[in-house]
Amino acid sequence: MNTRTAANLIGFQTIIRREYNRIIRIWGQTIVPPGITATLYFIIFGRLIGSKIGDMNGYTYLQYIAPGLIMMSVITNSYGNVVSSFFGAKFGKHIEELLVSPLPNHLIVTGYMIGGLLRGLLVGGLVTMIALVFTHLHVQHPWVVTSAVILTSMVFALAGMINAVFAKNFDQISFIPTFILTPLTYFGGVFYTISLLPNFAQTLSHLNPILYMVNAFRFGFLGISDVNVMLAFSIMIGGVVVLYATCLYLLTKGIGLRE
Amino acid sequence: MKAVSLRNLCKTYKNGVQALKGIDLDVEEGDFFALLGPNGAGKTTAIGILTSLVNKTSGSVEVFGHNLDSELAAAKACIGLVPQEVNFNMFETVSTILLNQAGFYGIPRAVAHERLEKYLNKLQLWEKRNSVARSLSGGMKRRLMIVRALLHEPKLLILDEPTAGVDIEVRRSMWDFIREVNAAGTTIILTTHYLEEAENLCRNVAIINQGKIIENEKMSTLLRKLNTEIFILNLREPVSSAPNLTGYRTQLTDSHTLEIEINKEQNLNEIFVALSAQGIGVVSMRNKSNRLEELFISMVERGSETNKKAS
Repeated sequence: MNTRTAANLIGFQTIIRREYNRIIRIWGQTIVPPGITATLYFIIFGRLIGSKIGDMNGYTYLQYIAPGLIMMSVITNSYGNVVSSFFGAKFGKHIEELLVSPLPNHLIVTGYMIGGLLRGLLVGGLVTMIALVFTHLHVQHPWVVTSAVILTSMVFALAGMINAVFAKNFDQISFIPTFILTPLTYFGGVFYTISLLPNFAQTLSHLNPILYMVNAFRFGFLGISDVNVMLAFSIMIGGVVVLYATCLYLLTKGIGLRE
Repeated sequence: MKAVSLRNLCKTYKNGVQALKGIDLDVEEGDFFALLGPNGAGKTTAIGILTSLVNKTSGSVEVFGHNLDSELAAAKACIGLVPQEVNFNMFETVSTILLNQAGFYGIPRAVAHERLEKYLNKLQLWEKRNSVARSLSGGMKRRLMIVRALLHEPKLLILDEPTAGVDIEVRRSMWDFIREVNAAGTTIILTTHYLEEAENLCRNVAIINQGKIIENEKMSTLLRKLNTEIFILNLREPVSSAPNLTGYRTQLTDSHTLEIEINKEQNLNEIFVALSAQGIGVVSMRNKSNRLEELFISMVERGSETNKKAS
């Protein structure tokens, strides 16, 4: 390994360590709230309302929504981690520490993406444990579960970075999660199968990428899906590639970061 | 070898402001170089381009022979930057900030710990290593930025107004430390509004005004261009009116204080002889204002007038 590569590796590890330490340092903001939200969802939608709804595609309503709720927490936390960390660094100007360093842009993008992935997986793991308190979960396709959660987390971590690059104030980092991400997640089959929807709404739902992610993940647990799982993985992989390339382009050009 | 070489460097911002209008500048390795200019002259833009925080519009930049367009990482590795504004994470501890920065430059953690201890001790911050950055005083934050810039032991240290808002005592200790760093072989580029600082520390100077270099030479050569200086004499006994000193412009500011303007052709001996002859003793003497400051103001004013006429 040459000197530059070894130095880059240390820099890359430093970004990941810094992101991980940030998640742990402010655990009251990063880990606890999604745990409380998930618990409320399981109690209200799972126990109280879910018992009245009955089975869905052969599973109890709680079992049906559990993978969706895990995925929802992974999406929001992967996105939220990178958007807040990267924008915070931009706002506080300490992003300049990275911009003046010899670390290549692809490692900066990957480092932040892994930061988002770490938080997504930590919170996803916590929500899974909470789900197990309320219901049984059998993993039918472990590799599908693992790859779906990792790819989805990567997609939203990268999307969060793009949001942070363009954001000029704190309102602009909450705009996308509030007005785009949350509606897409709620209409992405977290709480229902789209077969319950009228044809028009079903067709519209197929334009929502989160539907594919949630259903691929649910397929890994329950073996059922509203969409073609291969198509879902193609969308996730395609999303990672396109968003990664976009992040790299933005960082190289310095858009939103350099004058 | 040239530490920095700028050729026909231009920068036009999106709002149309031409911050740099084709500047050429060389800084030799080991130099202590002052880059001076009034607010908005283009100093920070030039430094921003040099450190990759600002995209240039055209021109070329080389740092120790590494072209910024083709060998960006190698050029960046040579530079340590102390920016004008505090730019570290206020919620992290001093040690964390420094270890992260060392990491970004590929310094192994064990080495980073050694250097952190060395530089924090030198700048009297070791006791604060576990303090959160936001709890530091203004002077401490400035010193922390110097330590941060030195952790990868750069060949070129850029100090963009490093002592702004720092009290005299701390400023002096920072000067001593920076001199030490330069003596050890690090090339230093300093921008400052304290011209006394530039005069004391720097060997070469460039003055930039309205995006153009209007002066670039040795500090001593530049200072020789100054035609007149005003000295303030502290008199032993009070006097009621300014003494008669033919050929000199004098002003009595109070009964114990006399100001005398002296040009290059005149000398101080004549003044002391004349004062002694009139029975006036002098306790002490000092320059009224910083010599470089006078020169700087006259050059910048001259440059602005020339530009006005040209337009």
